[in-house]
Amino acid sequence: MNMLVSMRDWVDARFPLTKMWDEHLAKYYAPKNFNFWYFFGSLALLVLVIQIVTGIVLTMNYKPDAGAAFASVEYIMRDVNWGWLIRYMHSTGASAFFVVVYLHMFRALLYGSYRGPRELLWIFGMLIFLCLMAEAFFGYLLPWGQMSYWGAQVIISLFGAIPVIGDDLSLWIRGDYVIADATLNRFFAFHVIAVPLALIMLVVVHILALHEVGSNNPDGVEIKKVKDENGIPKDGIPFHPYYTVKDIVGVVVFLIFFSIVVFFIPAGGGYFLEGPNFEPANPLKTPEHIAPVWYFTPFYAILRAVTIDIGPLSAKFLGVLLMGASVVILFFLPWLDRSPAKSIRYRGPIFKFMLMLFVISFFVLGWLGTQSTTGPKIVMAQIGTAVYFAFFLLMPIYSKLDSSKPVPERVTS
Amino acid sequence: MSGEGVDTSKRRFLTAAATVVGGVGAVFTAVPFVSSMMPSERAKAAGAPVEADFSKLELGQMIRVEWRGKPVWMVKRSEEMLAALPKLNDRLRDPDSVEAQQPEYAQNTHRSIKEEMLVLVGICTHLGCSPSFAPEAQPQPYDSEWKGGFFCPCHGSRFDLSGRVFLGVPAPLNLEVPPHKYIGNSLLLIGDDSNEGAT
Repeated sequence: MNMLVSMRDWVDARFPLTKMWDEHLAKYYAPKNFNFWYFFGSLALLVLVIQIVTGIVLTMNYKPDAGAAFASVEYIMRDVNWGWLIRYMHSTGASAFFVVVYLHMFRALLYGSYRGPRELLWIFGMLIFLCLMAEAFFGYLLPWGQMSYWGAQVIISLFGAIPVIGDDLSLWIRGDYVIADATLNRFFAFHVIAVPLALIMLVVVHILALHEVGSNNPDGVEIKKVKDENGIPKDGIPFHPYYTVKDIVGVVVFLIFFSIVVFFIPAGGGYFLEGPNFEPANPLKTPEHIAPVWYFTPFYAILRAVTIDIGPLSAKFLGVLLMGASVVILFFLPWLDRSPAKSIRYRGPIFKFMLMLFVISFFVLGWLGTQSTTGPKIVMAQIGTAVYFAFFLLMPIYSKLDSSKPVPERVTS
Repeated sequence: MSGEGVDTSKRRFLTAAATVVGGVGAVFTAVPFVSSMMPSERAKAAGAPVEADFSKLELGQMIRVEWRGKPVWMVKRSEEMLAALPKLNDRLRDPDSVEAQQPEYAQNTHRSIKEEMLVLVGICTHLGCSPSFAPEAQPQPYDSEWKGGFFCPCHGSRFDLSGRVFLGVPAPLNLEVPPHKYIGNSLLLIGDDSNEGAT
């Protein structure tokens, strides 16, 4: 034991090991009233680790070559020891990542975690979300199935809708006149090194920003305002061991659900792994029905909701613009919200109603994105899109009008 | 560190100048990296024309060939199909093919060299899916007055049997007619329409 202590002291004299441990775990004081919604940050970290570990092992057998990619995935599934498990963990992990991150973001909406002084924390989080979408998109091409191919074809063509530079831009992204070996090879590079590097750096920055301003909580009050004589927030408890232990419970429950999907329903009913992707890519034939993976469908439905040209702007470009705006607008959330209360517990009925509408529109758009477009479904998507944007664009008005309850000085539970 | 005797304006000028020069250098350094992602010389050279034999093509049917990695369709249209084309004009975005989506010799109602033989790049002008062929003139879920044409499963764009786009669908342009020429009675060369040997 004594030797371990002296070893620690030796390191501490050369590297801030104990200092970092204290700052981020043992003496990081988190509000004592965290609830269910606060599991998803640490779960996101867990999924990131799962994706990196399984991803590294997958690259050992995968071949980023248009002629060999599909067969190499089949090889992993059939001939590599435990290859099926590792691949299913990776494919399930992709969906799990979005489940966890969407719930994590919803938590921020519920309790106003994006509000000052956490604006930058929110922006870093949104950048993580963008990276995650890029990572998922690049990764989806790699199995080189029909859905991989045509999904990428559609998304890359989105960039072609940008006036003037669009065609050259999509050519530059593809590296060929159509999606080809060059595209697959570079998507592999992005998927396994470029985006993960950015993602990891952003996660570090996100956590640093969190630990600088301190965690929000279900009451949306600042625990740093009330400190004891030692300068420790009265409503705070050290992250370790209190929340590390609590999070382990979350991890166990999460892994139960994760394992059920991996072992029993790895295709997730066609939502996690889509049927047409079990067929190799065929540049001459689009599958009868193509839809993105579930986590992109709300945004995809917004893209398809635009069917009219406005002046010189084509419906195609406007759809792309609107889809981009539906993600970008989230960045501005901290400045759109004018409510005196952060947490939904002390907000008035208008916000609760708008949040409910927003959640419904998100689910309806998500469902519509998986469907083919016919008359009534286009109208539904248009209404859903209007509601989606109304939640954000009207927020400066209704969050101010709303009758919020007085916010307590200290956390309540 | 006292500021005495330090010429800060000179220092600031040097910092700014070094930043600008360094910035210019960084931009030039980026050129090879950005440019390396454009199509390689091999990819550029791969766009050779392809021959397509349609001697076995029946009336009202379609065959696909691959040209530059894209599907190219050939459809032999029947008299009824051709007769239906002008009647659709007021439902189309660009019935007279004003937009440059075809070579000059295909800028007509049937958008082809030989009236019955349609040659199209089978890529939707919306987001690049390959539309499906629905030649029968019968009501469809997406169009109750369907006279035959192409329907894109991705985003519901519709085109008539000349590849002309309908109004009210996301695709902005008619389907592209590739440069092509006849090099035999039932032999097409796709990707090349230079004069020698053209009909």
